[in-house]
Amino acid sequence: MRNKTTLLVSGLMASPAMAAGLELTIEIPTIDIAEYHRPYVAAWVEREDRSVAGQLALWYQDKAKPGQMVKPGEGGEKWLPDLRQWWRRVGQRTTLPLDGVSGATKVPGRYKVEPATTALPAGQYKLVVEAAREDGGREVLNIPFAWPPKAGETLSTKGTSELGALTLLLKP
Amino acid sequence: MTRTLLLAALALPLAAQAHTAWLLPSATVLPVKAWVTVDAGISTDAFIANHNPLKLDTLVITAPDGSTAQPENALTGKFRSTFDVNLAIPGTYRLTVLNSGLNASYELNGEKKRWRGKAENLAKEIPAEATQLEVGETLQRVETFVTDGPKNLDALKPTGKGLELVPVTHPTDLFNGETATFKLLIDGAPAVSQKVSVVRGGMRYRNQQHEIEATTDATGAFRITWPEPGQWLLSTSATDDKVSTKPATQRRLSYTASFEVLPQ
Repeated sequence: MRNKTTLLVSGLMASPAMAAGLELTIEIPTIDIAEYHRPYVAAWVEREDRSVAGQLALWYQDKAKPGQMVKPGEGGEKWLPDLRQWWRRVGQRTTLPLDGVSGATKVPGRYKVEPATTALPAGQYKLVVEAAREDGGREVLNIPFAWPPKAGETLSTKGTSELGALTLLLKP
Repeated sequence: MTRTLLLAALALPLAAQAHTAWLLPSATVLPVKAWVTVDAGISTDAFIANHNPLKLDTLVITAPDGSTAQPENALTGKFRSTFDVNLAIPGTYRLTVLNSGLNASYELNGEKKRWRGKAENLAKEIPAEATQLEVGETLQRVETFVTDGPKNLDALKPTGKGLELVPVTHPTDLFNGETATFKLLIDGAPAVSQKVSVVRGGMRYRNQQHEIEATTDATGAFRITWPEPGQWLLSTSATDDKVSTKPATQRRLSYTASFEVLPQ
């Protein structure tokens, strides 16, 4: 599965066109419990001051499931503040759905997320991935990286509860 | 009526002084077009409803655009009041219970008495033969803050009356391990060297208060580094002689606010 998204940056015009790219793989682990709900997941890139350089993915339930009663204003967006860091950094000011970024929740598995453009000014960044699950827990992972990459590089980390392996592939 | 107006520190034995008033919202960070429900009580331990309800007659809910919102489903029970707020306008709301009044202590036939009420009733409710009459004015501000969608600060402008808190750090953007900065004002001017304490709720489930104390600097600013997530109650009080109602000689100002600190 592949999500084509755009890494939106404020300094888009100031930065030269770069061929460099990044590719993110998020693993949603299988959790063996009786009542499993798919997690809400957000992925974004933070600058050193923790402001958000771009959003990569937001997986949540924006509509009622067939046959489910949802009152107006009480759709799945009601639970978005549970993605606490995402909500704090950018979510509370984000109008949804976010074109090319938001999508439905996913079943356990590995998902590739690749922004269509990555016109980031040179600097130090942090990839942040947050997952929150109804009746379950919450986990935030991050991978610091320098942009643009000098060589092809694969950075990774691993979650312990709500997230599995997280891989960031940097392409010069 | 003999009115002995004492200039010394007016140590009015107020029952309420041993207890702290609080507003406890069900959440402070909410999605757009949410509702919030709030409990309001007066108790020794923060947020533990076991003493008196906080009356809602003087509750003012300031909406993010500066307009006033009305509480819904308000109820005052034995130990706590409760009400809901429909957060129809996105942004940050300030919820304030502002109580002002006069307190008096006096002696009648060798017996110590206390009175509390409105200035216009003082003369008719305290017998003329009362002695040792001491009158004080109180201004109590009890607050909390909730944000629906994107946070803002328009509802948090100070009124210039009594003890007030001015945010430097946004009051619904508090996270464990981070340092929040706020300012205190008295009648709109920086409250310098003002002592502040914050304590976390849930005292029933631990043995020590673990209160955090801070003191304001020359600009009225103080800082709190949150050691744990949870619901925290800030309280501070001051006395001065800047009374607005006669025959009061001393003024007691108090400010309490509840904050929610989230885990990282």
